[in-house]
Amino acid sequence: MTPQERLTVLDVPSESSTAQNGASAESPAPVADHTRSGAARRMDVIDLNAGFGSRTIIANINLKVEPKTVTALIGPSGCGKSTLLRCLNAMHSTAKGAFANGEILLDGVDINAKGVDPVLVRRRVGMVFQRPNPFPTMSIYDNVAAGLRLTSGNRHGRHYFDEVVERALRQADLWAEVKDRLHNMGGALSGGQQQRLCIARTLAVEPEVILMDEPCSALDPISTAKIEESIHALREQYTIVIVTHNMQQAARVSQTTAFMTILEAGQPGSLVETGPTSSIFDAPTNEVTGDYVSGRFG
Amino acid sequence: MATLDSLGGGSGSLAPQLRRRHRRNRGMTYLLTLLMAGIGALLIWILSYVAIKGVKAINWGFITDTPPGNPDAAGGGFYNGIIGTFEIVGIATLIALPLGIGCAVYLNQYATGRIAGVLRLVTDVMLGIPTIVTGAFVYALWVVEFGFSGFAGALALALVMVPLIVRATEEMLRLVPGDLKEASLALGVTQSRTIVSVLLPTARAGIITGVMLAVARAMGETAPLLLTALGNDLFVETNPGQRMSTLSLQIFGSATGGFVNAQNRAWAGALLLIAIVLTLTIMARLIARKSAVRR
Amino acid sequence: MSAASHRAETRKAQALHQQRLRFADTAFRWLVAGSATVVLVAFVATAFFLVRKSWPALSHYGVLSFIDSSRWTPSTAVATVSHPNPYGVLQFVYGTVLTSVIAMLLAVPVAVGLALYITDIAPQQLRRPLAYVVDLFAAVPSVVYGFWGIFALLPVLHPIADNLSSWLGGIPVIGGVFAGPFFGPSYFAAGIVLAIMVLPIVTAICREVFAVAPVSEKEAALALGATRWEMLRMSVLKRSTAGIFGASLLGLGRAFGETIAVTMLIGNSVLSITTSIFGQGATMPSVIANEFTEATEPFHLQSLFVVGTLLLIITLIVNVLGKLVVSRISETIA
Repeated sequence: MTPQERLTVLDVPSESSTAQNGASAESPAPVADHTRSGAARRMDVIDLNAGFGSRTIIANINLKVEPKTVTALIGPSGCGKSTLLRCLNAMHSTAKGAFANGEILLDGVDINAKGVDPVLVRRRVGMVFQRPNPFPTMSIYDNVAAGLRLTSGNRHGRHYFDEVVERALRQADLWAEVKDRLHNMGGALSGGQQQRLCIARTLAVEPEVILMDEPCSALDPISTAKIEESIHALREQYTIVIVTHNMQQAARVSQTTAFMTILEAGQPGSLVETGPTSSIFDAPTNEVTGDYVSGRFG
Repeated sequence: MATLDSLGGGSGSLAPQLRRRHRRNRGMTYLLTLLMAGIGALLIWILSYVAIKGVKAINWGFITDTPPGNPDAAGGGFYNGIIGTFEIVGIATLIALPLGIGCAVYLNQYATGRIAGVLRLVTDVMLGIPTIVTGAFVYALWVVEFGFSGFAGALALALVMVPLIVRATEEMLRLVPGDLKEASLALGVTQSRTIVSVLLPTARAGIITGVMLAVARAMGETAPLLLTALGNDLFVETNPGQRMSTLSLQIFGSATGGFVNAQNRAWAGALLLIAIVLTLTIMARLIARKSAVRR
Repeated sequence: MSAASHRAETRKAQALHQQRLRFADTAFRWLVAGSATVVLVAFVATAFFLVRKSWPALSHYGVLSFIDSSRWTPSTAVATVSHPNPYGVLQFVYGTVLTSVIAMLLAVPVAVGLALYITDIAPQQLRRPLAYVVDLFAAVPSVVYGFWGIFALLPVLHPIADNLSSWLGGIPVIGGVFAGPFFGPSYFAAGIVLAIMVLPIVTAICREVFAVAPVSEKEAALALGATRWEMLRMSVLKRSTAGIFGASLLGLGRAFGETIAVTMLIGNSVLSITTSIFGQGATMPSVIANEFTEATEPFHLQSLFVVGTLLLIITLIVNVLGKLVVSRISETIA
């Protein structure tokens, strides 16, 4: 089977998976084309080099992301953390001249192989961006349901996705604030609420991995705290990789931390050290890691 | 892989859906590409049709002779129209250029708040006035008193050109960096001198582009001239105080007559007119591109 | 000359020089203010003279009588009779609106498609040349469009029109709109050429509107697993409806005012209103162009000025509305 075929096999109706391992109690029964397959997935990056045109941004990246954990990606600006993240959900290839060589395994299936449909990859690996980007002309409800509408078509009535929307908004800790105004415009919320809306939107399609690119950097401390709480709760169902500038945040939310940096000027970014969060911060093995986490640079 | 097998087999209900979505995506891409190609083909059709019909009928005589007295007779040309076009558009440019640039300078450098808003609105609105209405206005203003004349036609065309020149010049002036003006003023140069010697020359390429496009537009106009210059199919008239013909008027008159020979002359005229207008338009764009790149 | 008196001379010369500079500066300022005034006055004068020239007819027949009659028969006009009004302009309004609506129905979808292609689908290097190609349509003079329309387009339209009238002509109620026979010059033909003529302006504005769709929203759609077309629908088209509407208004204004190409293709029949799009008629600009220089009947010329004034008002309203819509969009985005 080609990687593409194997990736398609991952798309199974939730009934069969619920019948098999009874895991996803969250999937609403009527939406048969829901792809919740049960277990959150692991990701493995093997010898990844990526960049644009003749510029290599990151090189020799090897990373293991365990299922149902939060992995934080830390490092100074410009070292390629976002590039790495965007490779994980095939968003990197949307840029002109982008290349990515190496293996990126989603539960053993190489999603970076030739012929793999990026649309399929992005359904299973969701992303929350740095600046909240809800669709301004859609209501809160429609924003959350946007991803679902793509797969089950627009022919369904307004309330077809009610259960899913509620679940996603609850998981993003936004339900209480918006439940009475679901049909107001998505753009009319505060920054923190918008970001949680984007998280709900990502959760609605039930990906197996969630990527977050500095999701709180544009938000106030209270919204940041709320989102970090959600991440704690989401960990039980999803695999999460979060890029963050904020080392305290990395220490708060993650179990594993990976430190990236540019070791020499002009070189591409590399993954210097990966390990349990506590050891990275308290007792890193690499000297450069130690310098960064103690604030000596970055 | 063990994990995959344990999930059960078969492509889920998603796969055919996904294929459908990709098909739709491909289909729309093809459709839009086809649309673009079709529009390109339409342009080629229009231009080549005129070119082919025109080339068959054009010769030196066309450019140097006036139309024959009998419209059904072969031969002859649009010499008087060609002269008329250049003369009327020339006079129109002489009127519109200082007016347009002056107005734009005032708008950009001197006008504030309310006045600027009103002026900008007016010039924008003037862009949208049908040219036949402009012709009717000049008729009521001038022709009633002084009769049909090339000058009246020039007035009408100037009114069409002014808003175009104002908008182009104003946009160009807005692009000139503010520090240039400040540096000049700091040196003690007066505002007017600054505008004339520093700002306008900097914006020169864009202004020239705007003027060329306005001239191209004026050359193609027929409607306002019907009511002002009226046309003169008989002989060459160089006195702008008298009725004059233009290329556009002659094409219009000869095309709708029903006489084949007149229509042939009209095709030659159409070819010539399009050639002049397209050359001006393309040259203007090239000048704009070149100056933008240099900056 | 002593040093002191030399200095005094220089100072005097400098003072004179400064005075001259200030004078030139003020003169320049007055000059440009003057040209701005001339432009403003020209605009106001246009409206003023149009109304003034139409006033005799308006006061003779009464304003309303012009717009509630579709009969335009200058030959029956008698100077002393003021009722009924032989100069009913309704059919010209009808012709203008019908041809413009046909034009917009064709041009807007095509313009949206072209703009979408140019901003989001075409390869990067082709984008500017393709935009130029569409803009080039605007450079072709109106009289050439009319001429080409008569000889190149009408023969092509003939079979299409015949088919349309035989398929749709029999349907009750709307069949009348497509009733044959098709002779060539018609609302239909004029509408099609109008569509080609307004295409560049509608496409250009749509291009601008689509180009400001934020990349972050496009990425959001892609990250949810949308195909490119789905992304364009969600993040570009959906938020551009107001802009497309504004572009259509501005195109409509242009279509209303187009004279020569329309008059060459519409048949110039001022007899009555025909409901079929294959029928012949006239528009406000076309009747002015056609009858102006031969308007010798009583109140004929003045009535043509009434038509002109009406045309001016309608075009101004549509253009100002369109500008408002489009500028409001750029504000909310910026």
